[in-house]
Amino acid sequence: MTKTLSIDGLSAWFGSDQILGDVNMTIQPRMVTAIIGPSGCGKSTLLRCLNRMHQEVRDASVSGSVLLDGWDIYAEGSDPVDVRRRIGMVFQRPNPFPTMTVFENAVAGLKLRGRYPRAVLEERAEIALRSAGLWDEVKDRLNQPGGRLSGGQQQRLCIARALANEPEVLLMDEPASALDPISTQQIEDTVLQLKDSVTIVIVTHNMQQAARISDETAFMLRERMDRPSELVEFDDTKMMFTTPQDKRTEAYITGRFG
Amino acid sequence: MSDTATPRDQGRATSVGLRKAKSRMFEGFMWLTGIVALVPLVLIVFYVFKEGLPAINVDFFTQTAPAPGVPGGGMSQAIVGSAMMVGMATLMSVPLGVLSALYLTEYGRGSFAATIRFVAEILLSTPSIIAGAFIWATVVLLMHSFSAIAGAIALTVLMWPIITRSTEETLRLVPDDLREAALALGVPRWKVILAIVLPTAGAGIFTAVMLAVARGLGETAPILLTALGNDFMNLDPKLPTDAVPLRIYNYAQSPIVAWHQLAWGGAIVLLVVVLALSIGARILSDRQQRRLR
Amino acid sequence: MSQQSNAPKGETLTEAPVRRRLRIGDAVFRDTTVAVSLGLIGLLGSILFVLLVAALPAFRAFGVWGFITSTSWNGVTDTYGALPFIYGTLMTSTFAIVLALPISVGLALLINEVKSGWIRNPLTVLIDLLAAIPSVVYGLWGIFIMAPFLNTYVEPALGATLGQIPVIGALFQPTPSAGNMFNAGIILAIMIIPIITAVSREVIAIVPRDLREAALAMGATRYETIKIAVLPYARSGIVGATMLGLGRALGETVAVAMLIGNGLGIQASLFAPAYTIPAVIANEFREATSVGLHRSALLALAVILVVISFFLAAVSRVLVGGSVAKTGKPEPLLDPAEGDVQ
Repeated sequence: MTKTLSIDGLSAWFGSDQILGDVNMTIQPRMVTAIIGPSGCGKSTLLRCLNRMHQEVRDASVSGSVLLDGWDIYAEGSDPVDVRRRIGMVFQRPNPFPTMTVFENAVAGLKLRGRYPRAVLEERAEIALRSAGLWDEVKDRLNQPGGRLSGGQQQRLCIARALANEPEVLLMDEPASALDPISTQQIEDTVLQLKDSVTIVIVTHNMQQAARISDETAFMLRERMDRPSELVEFDDTKMMFTTPQDKRTEAYITGRFG
Repeated sequence: MSDTATPRDQGRATSVGLRKAKSRMFEGFMWLTGIVALVPLVLIVFYVFKEGLPAINVDFFTQTAPAPGVPGGGMSQAIVGSAMMVGMATLMSVPLGVLSALYLTEYGRGSFAATIRFVAEILLSTPSIIAGAFIWATVVLLMHSFSAIAGAIALTVLMWPIITRSTEETLRLVPDDLREAALALGVPRWKVILAIVLPTAGAGIFTAVMLAVARGLGETAPILLTALGNDFMNLDPKLPTDAVPLRIYNYAQSPIVAWHQLAWGGAIVLLVVVLALSIGARILSDRQQRRLR
Repeated sequence: MSQQSNAPKGETLTEAPVRRRLRIGDAVFRDTTVAVSLGLIGLLGSILFVLLVAALPAFRAFGVWGFITSTSWNGVTDTYGALPFIYGTLMTSTFAIVLALPISVGLALLINEVKSGWIRNPLTVLIDLLAAIPSVVYGLWGIFIMAPFLNTYVEPALGATLGQIPVIGALFQPTPSAGNMFNAGIILAIMIIPIITAVSREVIAIVPRDLREAALAMGATRYETIKIAVLPYARSGIVGATMLGLGRALGETVAVAMLIGNGLGIQASLFAPAYTIPAVIANEFREATSVGLHRSALLALAVILVVISFFLAAVSRVLVGGSVAKTGKPEPLLDPAEGDVQ
């Protein structure tokens, strides 16, 4: 159930400030694709364009296309609500819904969409929580408020919540940056386990993380504030980190800036 | 200017001691203001209870207004009237207040939203007698009668902006993360608001309502001009109705001493309820803010 | 889950009816909130419109300026003028401000600037409580407890002392009236302390820490720091707070009506009875029939009050900078963590 995501001439603005300029990229299924780059390089913006979240901000605009297995999510008449059911997202800080229990959080996407029988919800919750590597820890605590879990657990709950929708692509915006090393490890393990069933795109400022878990990596850079950012290089991860093609990529991964 | 004097010798050097003394005096003044503000509060609460407690008995809550010269009696018609009018006003002003607050936080942009906020603030500072006069000049004249519903509408005019402003603040405390997370799940915006934002802000909205209700219960002027008051129990919203603050106002200025006692009794009831609501709102609000931080 | 893997490029991803329903939901909800918000603006507009229309006959009969400056108030001859009420309203409110302002600023400083932090929360609760007391309770206490005390002890004392000073003394000449501007002013002062304090407090809290610390580092005492660093910065905000307090005082009906004596004359002494705009509206609306100009005159008074109060609200908003007058009374205040120098 994983799909190819084709980014075709994508540009994005905040008001008149152009962040992305004509980005072209193909994200392969069954892979983890990492997007790296220094702060302000537009990697989060790019990610948020992939599920049409960028437009939720005032004065934000997009042009170009993003094709999910051939269908343009930006086509005329395409509803962002539907796009986001197929392309899920996990955010930087864990954000379980405070008024819901662990169980309710896990199936929040389903419950808010329509009526499902309890049995179906319970089944989907278990599957999602297992995929997120959280089931064993919370199976006896399903009725506790979601906020009672530890930071790492909350984030995995958010992953489960996104997975319960059975998305074809999962976008992750620096999912481990607010967590401690052990939780980070758990998230990384989860990502590796998930890649067979969901195409994963992960934004990270941690190069070692990108090297550890991704199959392909995209390096983005915004050299001047009056120009949009560029996709400098997009390559197989091992290749990028051992023999980068572009000088700027090399400078970044050897720590000379960023 | 003497050319042998050093700068330090010139002019009057204010000794450090004098400056410190001034500062202490000022601090004393500040503490004094605290006491000055405390005194009326203490005196009011004290006297209200002292004069009013003797009036509090079962009769007070079950009997209606006594005729002049007749001993006993109570304020039941005023209590019921207040409850009825504030109840109706709450039912009207809460949806109005919450919906306008939702517009401001979830959809509002640019000068239109700024205008609404400005208007809400102006309405908040409007004297309550103006709300009364407005409803008097419209509803009462159109209906050819003073009525509870007119009173309720006048109270709504006062309570609506209160709920809007307080609710808007509470809604702003709901982190944007939550809205984004819900949107990212493919939930339409209106459902995000109803199912995620409002429940999360829940206690805060309740607080806003508590404050508005406390205000509504204590208002006299708008009720005076619209519901007029009534010595008898009235449950018909189309007829003149009594309210506790109104009854206190009338009794306090009447020559009948027995009625003064009833007025104090009414003051206790009013004071206890309003203060309880205000303190309760504060406690809830602090807790809510801590929860969402 | 619906999947259509054979759909050509550009097709949307889902069934149309679901999308339309959700889109309608969004539009309906949004439009409802917009409509209600427009209603708020409409409410304000209606108030102004209705009052103006109802006041028009009186303004036409006496002229706007004529109405404002006339001292007649006579149901028999059907002539009305606003001057006594404007006078009473302004005198009592000004007197209230003069008393309340120093106390409020002192309180606000006490809450923010004093070293011992323990005083903060009790004080803010105190102010909340003062703000919450209904005005009729203030009035009741005023009539039976405060006014007799003031009339018996303070009035003669002030008459004997300040009343002897030339010019100013005219303000303090005792009169036999139980209801007077002095009593009304005092109760008003107590009633407006909370709002002036709350707003001043917020404005003072915003004063940048650096400014205070710079003063202290120069060796300034606490008082000097306040004088040179805090108050100048907060000045316009405090003025704004005062205007809000003034607005509240001008509009206060019940407590004032109970204490001011309801006298139609214009007298110099604060101890003389007087009348305010809200008080006369409250007292006379019942007899104001549609025959004649009585009703129109009362509503013309309301228009004057509204205009002054709107003006004060708008100006104070600019001065205080943004939304501080939230519920028209002090907010449950946050744990003050900003701007304190410990």
